[in-house]
Amino acid sequence: MTGLRKFGGRTWIVTAAALIVLLVVNTVLQKNFLEPSVVQSNLTTFLPLVLVAIGQTYVILGGDIDLSVGAIVALVNVVTVSVIAALGGDGTAVALGLLVGMAVGAGCGLLNGLIIAGLRFQPIVTTFATSIVFSGLALWVLPQAGMSVPEPYWRTYAGDILGLPTVYAIYVVAFLIAAFLAARPFMTRLKAAGGLRTAAYQTGLRLGALRVSAFVLSGLFAAFASLCLTGETASGDPLMGQSLAMTAISAVVLGGTALSGGVGGTLGSVLGAWVVGMIGSVIFFAGLPFEYQTLVQGLIILAALAGGVLVTRR
Amino acid sequence: MNRFVEIAKNPLVISGAAILALLIIGELVSPGFARGDQVVRLLTVSAILGIAAAGQNLVILGGREGIDLSIGAVISLGAVIAGNVMSGSDAAIPLAFAAACCAGFLIGVVNGLGVTYLRIPPLVMTLGMMGVIQGGLVVLSRGVPSGNAAPALMAFVNRSAFLGIPGILFVWAALVVLMALMLKRTRFGWSIYAVGSNENAAVLTGLPARRIRVLLYGLAGLCGGFTGVCVIGYTGNSFISVGDQYVLPSIIAVVIGGTSLAGGSGSYTGTALGAIALVLLQSVLTTLNLEFWGRQVIFGVTLLLLMLLYGRQARLRV
Repeated sequence: MTGLRKFGGRTWIVTAAALIVLLVVNTVLQKNFLEPSVVQSNLTTFLPLVLVAIGQTYVILGGDIDLSVGAIVALVNVVTVSVIAALGGDGTAVALGLLVGMAVGAGCGLLNGLIIAGLRFQPIVTTFATSIVFSGLALWVLPQAGMSVPEPYWRTYAGDILGLPTVYAIYVVAFLIAAFLAARPFMTRLKAAGGLRTAAYQTGLRLGALRVSAFVLSGLFAAFASLCLTGETASGDPLMGQSLAMTAISAVVLGGTALSGGVGGTLGSVLGAWVVGMIGSVIFFAGLPFEYQTLVQGLIILAALAGGVLVTRR
Repeated sequence: MNRFVEIAKNPLVISGAAILALLIIGELVSPGFARGDQVVRLLTVSAILGIAAAGQNLVILGGREGIDLSIGAVISLGAVIAGNVMSGSDAAIPLAFAAACCAGFLIGVVNGLGVTYLRIPPLVMTLGMMGVIQGGLVVLSRGVPSGNAAPALMAFVNRSAFLGIPGILFVWAALVVLMALMLKRTRFGWSIYAVGSNENAAVLTGLPARRIRVLLYGLAGLCGGFTGVCVIGYTGNSFISVGDQYVLPSIIAVVIGGTSLAGGSGSYTGTALGAIALVLLQSVLTTLNLEFWGRQVIFGVTLLLLMLLYGRQARLRV
């Protein structure tokens, strides 16, 4: 139990309960909901949000916020697609493309972190400004949507690796990374940096390094999400992922991580991302008139956010 | 020397200097940029952003990480309501303003209640509210653009009322004066700074901090609704995401204007200058014969450079 607590505090229990309710409702509404193919397709749809939410969690735990993840997703997508195309589209090209994509994500995160922690800029405004720069660069790399990725890329993403569906393998890898980081002193220090920044500084923690690492992680997970989205769409799109930043913040908060920093964990954010995805699915299958769907979704998310804050309040 | 540094670091001086520099650059790049009617045109665009930023400024001044991300959706709502109330008739303009402002105020009050009494972080509360309003707009309009501006409203925003200056600029100028008087010369204004800089101390001196904050969010919504009516006056008709483009610029105008995002310090005069500087910057970048991506990159980098001047946070000390 202590291990679980380290992974995400206790607030995730509320989110898990909400998720279970949604799952039950969806099973009633959609007869084939539990069939393996439907489960896999749902989890595939939720995967990019889950990954972005995990990355965002580190930044928020450290007391900052990253509004630029959507733009990073777009930039990584167009860079990866262009690199693969430029290198001829064979296996090596794909591997190099993926590497360059991850490097771009890490680089964007590093830039955010250095500006915010190093120059003491305000995170909301800064990551908004850098997101404008990143989207601009994405449009420079690829002015219009198009340019497809080679078949092996999306075929592998939709297929299996070592007998396990690739999407599940990616979930496993992401969870392992999150669990590994959760067990390191890094996580405790990051929470200290976000919780009581002055006190953390006075105990001699290297706040700058911690916050920069959190932004790099956020950039890396955004890149990871972008590569998955690319596997799904199989093409380049400089406007990809625009709404991801805001949705991921909702997911992180739903998962019990405090926006003020210092409290929460990645497990909650994963559950929160699934809850956000499941709300959309339940509303779709509830057979509401189309024009009411966005409204009901907005109301449920707002109620869930308010409810979560109320339940976990000390 | 210290006095000089102090003046040079004043946000009003910096945004004023930025405005002058941008006007000169604009005039050099494309002669006629700083001509009277052009400037009036740019000021009109700034006025629309500036009125929205007034609301944003109030919630940010009120502290506790105050911010209103729903202001864009409220602007859209105001525009759609006003368009449907007016549907081209001059007689219905006062009713359109009243309806849009009331709707905005009510939404703002709900935001404020969520933030104060349920203690939901403002960023999250207003983000959730944004989703709700956007959904509501889809229901209201059924996805089809509807309603249009009355001719007199379009004239108010776009045509000269006196000496070549449209009515909206007089309204904005009045708002700048009103806000300055309210913030610096009234009990309510002082209590905003008190609550924003140290809430506990404010409560201990007997200020109703919660009610003040609810009212601030209500006023922000009201500004959003009013902006919505101006937007439909500017463009003639509305669509349900017309206000989205104002959300982050309204925050940036406040920051460029020298109001601290931590709350409790700043002025609306600065925000108004910030709004003008922001609109000028976008306009200069448009006149530069650059591709869209280049403009975006320069815009983002300029924002970062502006923040380098004074948008920085205090150094931590042992």
